[in-house]
Amino acid sequence: MNGAHDLGGMHGLGPINPEPEAEEPVFHTDWEKRVFGFTLAAGFLGKWNIDMSRHSRERQHPVDYLRHTYYENWLAGLEKLLVETGLISQEELATGKPAGPAEASTRKCVPKAEDVAEIIARGNPVAMAIDTPPRFKTGDKVRACNRHPAGHTRQPLYVRGRIGMICEHHGAHIFPDRNAAGSKEGRHLYSVGFKAETLWGENADDRSVVYVDLWEDYLEPL
Amino acid sequence: MQVHWSPLGLSEEIKVSENHHSHDHDHTEPPTDLVLRVQALESLLIEKGLVEPESIDALIDTYETKVGPRNGAKVVARAWCDSAFKKWLLTDATAAIASMDYAGRQGEHMKVLENTPTTHNLVVCTLCSCYPWPVMGLPPVWYKSAPYRARAVASPRDVLKEFGTELADEVEIHVWDSTSEVRYLVLPERPHDTEGWNEADLTELVTRNSMIGVEKAKSPKDIGRGI
Repeated sequence: MNGAHDLGGMHGLGPINPEPEAEEPVFHTDWEKRVFGFTLAAGFLGKWNIDMSRHSRERQHPVDYLRHTYYENWLAGLEKLLVETGLISQEELATGKPAGPAEASTRKCVPKAEDVAEIIARGNPVAMAIDTPPRFKTGDKVRACNRHPAGHTRQPLYVRGRIGMICEHHGAHIFPDRNAAGSKEGRHLYSVGFKAETLWGENADDRSVVYVDLWEDYLEPL
Repeated sequence: MQVHWSPLGLSEEIKVSENHHSHDHDHTEPPTDLVLRVQALESLLIEKGLVEPESIDALIDTYETKVGPRNGAKVVARAWCDSAFKKWLLTDATAAIASMDYAGRQGEHMKVLENTPTTHNLVVCTLCSCYPWPVMGLPPVWYKSAPYRARAVASPRDVLKEFGTELADEVEIHVWDSTSEVRYLVLPERPHDTEGWNEADLTELVTRNSMIGVEKAKSPKDIGRGI
């Protein structure tokens, strides 16, 4: 979707103002810690995947997405996912009062604190074996398709319609556009290099290249 | 418990609140709507049996105290000292990094980018906040901010200047937009005048920002070991 999250190349956002590295804490407030912790913990229930999580944040009104701080966007996304998957009801969310315990089948999936380290260590690899051979090889010139899907995608606006070169084939990875809709499908993934002037015209930084990881569905041959 | 909040998450008020009793703040001030909303959702999740409170604490503790950029610094320092490891790191970063026990969530598919005198690498995630957690911990606020995500791909030289990093005109900048689950770590150039240094000492020169690519590694002088 063409949302406020797709920020590459946007103007007018002001300076970056980085906090000095040595002074920056991991979390700035207690509520951020809690949102981080319970968002990950709720994700362990397996009711949604990473692309659904991203899409839940992206689907906010663009004004809200940009106005909110990072963990407020996490909170808004989690609330949406919890209601959409039926883990909590809209009424429970509004009142803060549980209408009853979660279903026994769900509660059986809740990991214990002692399982957390193992779950983190395992991660969620997304490489998949697929039968289709890769359509492109390193060195091929390709055009990023001019596509504007209304759902989740990981093809940034700034590359659409632009010509780049295949620099590496990463193998087949889970395709985010379908994964966000609940379907786990592998597609070939490539690192595609775009010269800055191809992307930004006369405003381009000289001697810079932008590498973007793009799935085969985002690319067409030249 | 008093929790402060500001739209930027970085106000003086927050910094002051870290020393709870060193100021004249009114401690009876009620928590903000946001804090109440967070507390309400956490209670709801726990009461319904959807999360274990100890798991939340374990997750926070992991990323606040155990996993952070010192892991990445050890990877970099080892690559500076051990050419076979460096070769492995540049060809199969996931396996090379896993051999040092840094693996898992948000680092399942790793790629390491080597800075040279003619190429400087810079990592961003324009669409969200993708970052290699096992070697770097959680990203800083600026990495997740709209200005960095907007400008790193379009005006990388200006972005580097904002971090005090001036590159010679002839140096090519390679910007890596983390749009997939591949996670990028920059291998900065080994600083001059560090011949004979051991790995442990070299890690002191490797900053988080140098592994994102907004800065170079520190020089011996920067850490008070100048000659």
